[in-house]
Amino acid sequence: MIPSAFEYHAATSVADAVSMLGQYGEEAKILAGGHSLLPMMKLRFAEPAHLIDINGIEELRGVREEGGNICIGAMTTENQLIASQLLWDKCPLIPQAAKLVADPQVRNRGTIGGDIAHGDPGNDHPAIMLALGASFVLVGPNGERKVPAGDFFLGTYFTLLEEGEMMTEIQVPIPAAGSGCGYSKLKRKTGDYATAAAAVQLQLSGDVCSNITISLTNVAPCSFIATDASEYLTGKIIDESLISEAAEKVMAACDPAEDLRGDIEYKTSMAGEMARRAIRQALTNAKGE
Amino acid sequence: MSKTHIQFKLNGSEVETLVEPRELLIHVIREQLGQTGSHIGCETSHCGACTVDLNGESLKSCTILAVQANGAEVATVEGLAASGELHAVQEAFMQEHGLQCGFCTPGMLMRSYRFLQENPNPTEEDIRQGMSGNLCRCTGYQNIVKAIQVAAVKLQAK
Repeated sequence: MIPSAFEYHAATSVADAVSMLGQYGEEAKILAGGHSLLPMMKLRFAEPAHLIDINGIEELRGVREEGGNICIGAMTTENQLIASQLLWDKCPLIPQAAKLVADPQVRNRGTIGGDIAHGDPGNDHPAIMLALGASFVLVGPNGERKVPAGDFFLGTYFTLLEEGEMMTEIQVPIPAAGSGCGYSKLKRKTGDYATAAAAVQLQLSGDVCSNITISLTNVAPCSFIATDASEYLTGKIIDESLISEAAEKVMAACDPAEDLRGDIEYKTSMAGEMARRAIRQALTNAKGE
Repeated sequence: MSKTHIQFKLNGSEVETLVEPRELLIHVIREQLGQTGSHIGCETSHCGACTVDLNGESLKSCTILAVQANGAEVATVEGLAASGELHAVQEAFMQEHGLQCGFCTPGMLMRSYRFLQENPNPTEEDIRQGMSGNLCRCTGYQNIVKAIQVAAVKLQAK
């Protein structure tokens, strides 16, 4: 399988890439890790006339701490996330989820920015970003803007990214002491997308959960925060019966599509189970057990 | 479609060729450069039969454009044996019967070659995780895992 013909452009800087995006307009696509785009191009689901390769832009790679945030270059690969001690120390939800993405070879190429900007509800990082309250830096012809993850995902393959814009950085507020996280993902086999997955980031003050965000992967047209469930648990001492109640609220918010991974009822039920597991994981994590 | 000139190191030798941007690395390695050891399996980055080493990392050469390998160092299964001697992973796969039909083997060898540099002393679980991007439809993986355990010991002894 070979993609249909296109012109290849290797961008040398963000400014270079943005200028090419402007020049080629809607005929252009950004090539990040390529592990979603190239398969789609082979199948003719995507047929860009111009491919702008941003793999050579070194400034887009790396993880650093800056003013209470973790800043992650959009072209940082999954394996670079997993190898980042800074992330394991300050924001373990990201590398924990990255370990569940695809397989070792794919994780050498696949990038966090590509995973987010693609807008695929099956990708893992969107839910992680929602749970963490991250922001994305988008650069376009009119300069730079920063948008919250909560506003970014609009539908399947549909995001806030405007034509001519690219994502350059992901900024994550560093969770305070006493916080905990969990990501629980059900998949049929290595390399598969989630049948359902749930991410949880929470904060304990004493035994009381002062703040919690539960978000879901692949059980709706795009990743989303289960608002009712999250609000329900906020301010409470979470026990098993509250977890069950919250899972019911998670399931009520799901809107999955039936496919080979399962029918609507099964996926919804699995989303509830993944939420239960992720909440328990996050509680254990927060208590340092 | 106009072609682009690329050059890269393949198993230690400089190679150059003209490619269309849409050509995938696996096709160029096999069809233009005649190194047919790396196999085309699923072509969707699932099976790992096309696994090669690029700048010291394992990747699936069906999911990277050949133009993206310009200037890189690429290693395939043809480059594993040095001066007529099999590499430890090759010897171990042979000894432990880590293959049946052999289709997945070039990818298995290239991945285990790199994996054992990333983790020279792996547990069985590490091996299963580290090799999870390579599918074998014959062996049930038991002997592949054994072969990698044996190869690890051989490499440690060197």
